[in-house]
Amino acid sequence: MNAETMSEAPLLSVRGLTKRYGGRIGCAEVDLDLWPGEVLGIVGESGSGKSTLLACLAGHLEADGGTARYDGRDVLTLPEPERRRLARTDWAFVHQHARDGLRMNVSAGGNVGERLMAGGARHYGDIRATAEDWLARVEIDPARIDDRPSQFSGGMQQRLQIARGLVTGPRLVLMDEPTGGLDVSVQARLLDLLRGLVRRMGLAAIVVTHDIGVVRLLADRLMVMKDGRVVEAGLTDRVLDDPQHGYTQLLVSSVLPT
Amino acid sequence: MIQVEGLAKDFVLHNQGGARIPVLRAARLEVAPGECVALTGASGAGKSTLLRLLQGNYVPGGGTLVVAGLDLATASAREVAALRRGTLGYVSQFLRVVPRVPALDVVAEPLLALGAPEDAARARAAELLTRLNLPERLWGLSPTTFSGGEQQRVNIARGFAHPYPVLLLDEPTASLDPVNRAVVLDLIREAKARGAAIVGIFHDAPARAAVADREVDVTAFSPGAAP
Amino acid sequence: MTEYNFAYLDEPTKKMIRRAILKGLAVPGYQVPFASREMPMPYGWGTGGVQVTAACLVPEDRLKVIDQGADDTTNAVSIRAFFARVAGVATTTRTREATLIQTRHRIPETPLSPDQILVYQVPIPEPLRFLEPRETETRRMHALEEYGLMHVKLYEDIARHGAIATSYAYPALVNGRHVLDPSPIPRFDNPKLESPAIQLFGAGREQRIYAIPPFTRVVSLDFEDHPFEASKAEGACALCGATTSYLDEIVADDAGTRRFQCSDTDYCAERRA
Repeated sequence: MNAETMSEAPLLSVRGLTKRYGGRIGCAEVDLDLWPGEVLGIVGESGSGKSTLLACLAGHLEADGGTARYDGRDVLTLPEPERRRLARTDWAFVHQHARDGLRMNVSAGGNVGERLMAGGARHYGDIRATAEDWLARVEIDPARIDDRPSQFSGGMQQRLQIARGLVTGPRLVLMDEPTGGLDVSVQARLLDLLRGLVRRMGLAAIVVTHDIGVVRLLADRLMVMKDGRVVEAGLTDRVLDDPQHGYTQLLVSSVLPT
Repeated sequence: MIQVEGLAKDFVLHNQGGARIPVLRAARLEVAPGECVALTGASGAGKSTLLRLLQGNYVPGGGTLVVAGLDLATASAREVAALRRGTLGYVSQFLRVVPRVPALDVVAEPLLALGAPEDAARARAAELLTRLNLPERLWGLSPTTFSGGEQQRVNIARGFAHPYPVLLLDEPTASLDPVNRAVVLDLIREAKARGAAIVGIFHDAPARAAVADREVDVTAFSPGAAP
Repeated sequence: MTEYNFAYLDEPTKKMIRRAILKGLAVPGYQVPFASREMPMPYGWGTGGVQVTAACLVPEDRLKVIDQGADDTTNAVSIRAFFARVAGVATTTRTREATLIQTRHRIPETPLSPDQILVYQVPIPEPLRFLEPRETETRRMHALEEYGLMHVKLYEDIARHGAIATSYAYPALVNGRHVLDPSPIPRFDNPKLESPAIQLFGAGREQRIYAIPPFTRVVSLDFEDHPFEASKAEGACALCGATTSYLDEIVADDAGTRRFQCSDTDYCAERRA
């Protein structure tokens, strides 16, 4: 990479993000920068604050402090209409449970087309063609465009959720345990798909997971969280192979050999 | 291309009473473009540690560690990632890939990451796999199912897909038959000829003798060694 | 008449409902919450429409009540009798003569005039409800004009049936701002939502009132390649021969003979007179 692209501003720049639940800390003083084409993994055990951080960025939770600049604007203080517009055009959120991210009583095509229609698309034929294209891209047979997600396997539902989010060509994808609950072989397929999409679309992604294996294969950089704070961050393989913090060492040494 | 001076590395085990394990002291290494340097020393002397430090995989404990002008001790994760993408190639002994990705795509991936067109990247991958005698019927399969020698060749093809100015090789000929071993030695010679700076670990003494211009015994950098 | 206040409801209640109506007229298509009262009839029988009618009636009014276009069905007869008794107003079956028309599931064929009020009985006022069950979310969607979901419903129709199959309660965008459910009128009636008359919608169980002021722009939602069509059954009325009015299909005898006739009984009778 040359110096010119190296110096470009980050797509998302978070400083001092803090969320409290009463007296308890959800996440505290989190800083992170994310550039286009980059996947940032966030690992930590349950209660480490990784999901709270993601929820604050996505606007699902209101942060108590800090800033999150995206395109020069602080998304934490964005008025709700603008934040929701951002969420359905330029950002995508992939939920752990597909049923939280899909309309289960709407066909696959309708699910993929919703963001297009919300953005003003009014040509049925075009919407359908785009939906078919996206189903193929996430390796779902376009012939199943009129089937409902309830007729799909868990892995297919997750891929449909990704197609639904990416159809508007977002620049930032937030993923909460995207491979959680899936069989190992299905996980691998999903990871491969995500890597390809990140590369081809130049997406930036934040992936929250407790699965070290997932971040090793998916994330360029890694943040380790404990008790709401970032204890270590850096290149994924460096953090995992030469962990500097005691907690990271414990986390890495606790992974069962595959 | 590589400047190492007074490099130290300790591992601190925080969960075992903060035990400090010293591995390297005052390591020194200079590698010029077109030069191949072999790291030698007994098992456990720190060859792999030094190679991993050069790759940015380990955090340096002190001293100078500059690869292609980038100081790895102070560089940001993003700068190291960019260095690896375009400048610093690495052939490891182990294959770590997403299961189910076809071997051809595994080899093409470094080129795609650099923005090469998909067909050009695949053509280059096919060329290398052909040269390394990996049967074409295996190209569409995930290398996770391959034998050790086949995996090794996929790793080598991946490491040589892009003409990196700096190459790190960890036992590149370890599990290869004589024919493919010769192909790998040719690849290394060609890389040298185009000006790549190469650092390698070769247990295979004849291979080492065939490609290395110099040997550096890392035993001299072990913490107990006399200065 | 001494046992009832005029038009059954007490004056403060009528005032409260009139406020909701005025707000609805001020913000066309917006669902105004109101404190729906118990009425001497079950929910689903038009309690919303009856309360709106009660709040609008004045002694000089002439009331018409129709159910599916007919003046002589149980529901229509009962409500008409109810107001004749508790308000003492004149009643009529003639669309032209009425000053206030309460309706269930139809808009009269005879064009309405600026001095008329049309009151709709509404079972489910929320057009987004079938795809988004959370009221908090649908209100936010209206507030932010997030109406993508409405087209998802129409998309699903075309995907499943090859055409927009929604044949009644067809959603429409009012005054370029709010999407409303026009109550279960056939989509044949949707073009008549642009009217010189005042149109008021009352949902008793759901406690919502909304309105379309006279001459307001009302656009039925559609796709460029699947435009809205005000369809009806092909055929002519067996009684008056009309081919342009909305027709009901009726089984005429024990042999299962079917025939069409105007759903608007007053329109049909006037044509035959």
